[in-house]
Amino acid sequence: MCSYLTVATDVAGSAKGAQGWFSVTSAQVYFDHPFHAPFDHTLNIDFADPAKGPAARVAVELSAESARRLVESINEALAAAGAAAR
Amino acid sequence: MPVVPLAGTSRAAVSWRRDIKKEDNVAAPEEALSARNVMLAGNDGAQINAYQALPAGDGPFPGVLVIHHLPGWDSGTKEITRRFAARGYNAICPNLYARQGLDVDPDDAAAATREAGGIPDEQFVADAGVAVDALRALPTANGKVGVIGYCSGGRHAFLTAVSLPVDAAVDCYGAFVTGTVPEGFPLKVRPLVDRAPQLRCPLLGLFGNDDQFPSPEQVDELEQALKEAGKTYEFHRYDGAGHAFFAVERPSYRPEAAVDGWQHIFDWYGKYLMGG
Repeated sequence: MCSYLTVATDVAGSAKGAQGWFSVTSAQVYFDHPFHAPFDHTLNIDFADPAKGPAARVAVELSAESARRLVESINEALAAAGAAAR
Repeated sequence: MPVVPLAGTSRAAVSWRRDIKKEDNVAAPEEALSARNVMLAGNDGAQINAYQALPAGDGPFPGVLVIHHLPGWDSGTKEITRRFAARGYNAICPNLYARQGLDVDPDDAAAATREAGGIPDEQFVADAGVAVDALRALPTANGKVGVIGYCSGGRHAFLTAVSLPVDAAVDCYGAFVTGTVPEGFPLKVRPLVDRAPQLRCPLLGLFGNDDQFPSPEQVDELEQALKEAGKTYEFHRYDGAGHAFFAVERPSYRPEAAVDGWQHIFDWYGKYLMGG
């Protein structure tokens, strides 16, 4: 089957998609078959604003290893920013 | 530095033109086809876009309903649709996620549908029925229609075969025909094995032994149910192959299993759809 658990979280920010910049309100995170990336499974993140319709989405499909590195990078960058990132 | 034509280029061009001229004179439309997008009218009033590929020639041709997988109405599935047309079948692949918007990219529509928990079985059966009717209404139709689906479409192929008047079905590694849907699973699906007695046509099943959805045990369960119901079926299971072994653009592609599987598919459809 093509699907595993989806972890959804609210987010506040913006993303740039096919129609330019837009505000995003949610991130869907799931490990599944990718649409485009050349791997059996990828960690997929859809940054979206569901209220604006299916096209209001910025999608990434990352190998499991690179997704873990991304998590570390995000944490590292936030930690380095110190109080400003709290 | 000036670009210098390679020696012999002009001769090659002449030879190429001669080949084209020769092709024009070939009478048999070997693997020739035409493909386009068509619009189907859903029973609920929804517009459903569909990719249709038709063989060249007057027919009569059998029809094949191609059901896409969970990643949506993608290029890989449309390529499969063309493959059937190249082999002499009128083929159609409806966009099962068309209700997300006809102008929405297939990958965006798939993501939105996934978030919504998939599509209801009743809606799928209605849309599949419209597509089957469209195939039978084609002027080149021979009246017989087969169905094939991959991945989540494999389950849908089985659902079609227990719900609609089709003449042959192919389930390529469809999950949750049998087995138990895990707790917290994002798709609202239920197993269909209790409907095995309602199977209306012969069923070909193609599965990878390394697959977990469906696992070999779940394939066993389906085979047992078909046996008990006295249905015509044929299963082929491949060692060294997992889920999506037909998908040429993915690392899961297993050429030996896929080549053998395609042979079985065309044998199956040749037996049950040709003529009539």
